[in-house]
Amino acid sequence: MSMLSVSDLNVWFGTGRDRVDAVRDATFDVPAGESFGLVGESGSGKSTILRAITGLAPTWSGRIEVNGMTLGPRRDRAFYKTVQMVFQDPYASLHPRHSVDAVLGETLHLHGFKDIDARVVKLLDDVGLGGQFRFRYPHQLSGGQRQRVAIARALAGEPEILLLDEPTSALDVSVQAEILNLLTDLRAERSLTYVMVSHDLAVVGHMCGRLAVMKDGRIVEIMDVQALRDRQATHPYSQELLRNSIGA
Amino acid sequence: MSLLDVENLWVKFPTRQGVFDAVRGVSFTLGKERLGIVGESGSGKSMTGRAILRLIRPPGIVQADHIKLGGDDLLQKSEKDMRAVRGQRISMVMQDPKFSLNPVMRIGDQLIEAYRLANKSDRKGAKSTAIEALEAVSIRDPERVMRAYPHEMSGGMGQRIMIAMMLIPDPEILIADEPTSALDVSVQRQVLSIMDKLVTDRGMGLIFISHDLNLVADFCDRVLIMYSGRVVEVCQADRLHEATHPYTRGLLKSLPRLDQPQGKLQVLKRDPAWADAPSVSGRA
Repeated sequence: MSMLSVSDLNVWFGTGRDRVDAVRDATFDVPAGESFGLVGESGSGKSTILRAITGLAPTWSGRIEVNGMTLGPRRDRAFYKTVQMVFQDPYASLHPRHSVDAVLGETLHLHGFKDIDARVVKLLDDVGLGGQFRFRYPHQLSGGQRQRVAIARALAGEPEILLLDEPTSALDVSVQAEILNLLTDLRAERSLTYVMVSHDLAVVGHMCGRLAVMKDGRIVEIMDVQALRDRQATHPYSQELLRNSIGA
Repeated sequence: MSLLDVENLWVKFPTRQGVFDAVRGVSFTLGKERLGIVGESGSGKSMTGRAILRLIRPPGIVQADHIKLGGDDLLQKSEKDMRAVRGQRISMVMQDPKFSLNPVMRIGDQLIEAYRLANKSDRKGAKSTAIEALEAVSIRDPERVMRAYPHEMSGGMGQRIMIAMMLIPDPEILIADEPTSALDVSVQRQVLSIMDKLVTDRGMGLIFISHDLNLVADFCDRVLIMYSGRVVEVCQADRLHEATHPYTRGLLKSLPRLDQPQGKLQVLKRDPAWADAPSVSGRA
């Protein structure tokens, strides 16, 4: 059964002659437990798809189904219990004047949990940060530690789908390896479904089972990771993207 | 004959907890080559680049036995004389074009200003040089770009404009600090090949600072690998994958690879001894 299903998704910004069609007729399907990648250059609309799913891009048309439920124009609380997002820049996505405890505590409160104290400890543990990080502020954490807090915050509501928008592109390669391993472990433990946006084909190749290649708002190709490894892209644009990344 | 000769460079920041050494005893020479400096954030690679131009603000302290550009020691120069070095003899391209271009000045005016600071020329002559410079970095329709403001440019174009601006005075050395990390892979290639061509055609020395090992291996001639303010290893760029230092090996192994799928990525295990070992000399 598909956990997330997107069909004929269009997202646009602006009106009249200023209208920009960021995503055009995007259709894909992610079965439960799969990890699905979205790749493409900046401006190709890959992050916009994630934003449309979470309700951060209000002007869209088409059909988005999460766990069999069709999404309307507004997202309800049940939606955010199922779907959560991790953003690209851990330096920007945490409130600079809220401690880790406040960030996670507030999220848990909003999700309606009562045993907040125990859950904060558990969450920090799950993402590999000990209790000593609980009362720190973002500026007292490294980039990798901040991203771990952002992941903990996303996990607070015990979601089934995690949308990952370039979760490691702001991090060093050594830290990237740690975060990718953490995401792999979490997916295995909690049987999560991932949709991951990245411009790094090697990262997507490592994390995902299937991926969609995007260009100018359109999905030009959906392929298996095995096909990616064997360099068997069929669309000329994906071939070019592969060439550029392998060379680098 | 080397263009630049750095001996025993230290960058220190006094803090309440004592002096913090950001760069510790780094020595290297730069000829007419592409020298890569790689390392993680906080390894001191950017500080090394800035220290050469004496761009470390007080209370930061730059110390070295010498930083020789040609025959002159940059450390002996007055602040006024340094201004004749910065931009004219050694140029620097920073990571993000958004922060290095003046947002309220047309690109053309910025380029013309850069040229006229270096050369005694009228506006007209400067304008044609600026347009040539934009053409040299493969910008289509340079006339239009001259009239545009920085926010109307994409990241890749902005970075190419920065490179054009840095090259107008025809410097001997270009220091590029993560010049492509804000760009897409496809644009990255373009910008690199433009830089490569300019460096080869003009016989410049290039210091290329990056955290991307594969990129450096591909693009540079020689690589210094830095860890906590020291150079831990020096190698030929095409032999980077045969590097021997455990830190370099760890970094290489932590990269996911398309051709070698693996369940878990190797995580770098740091050895405190790496930070204590003396700096390796990067003299050619």
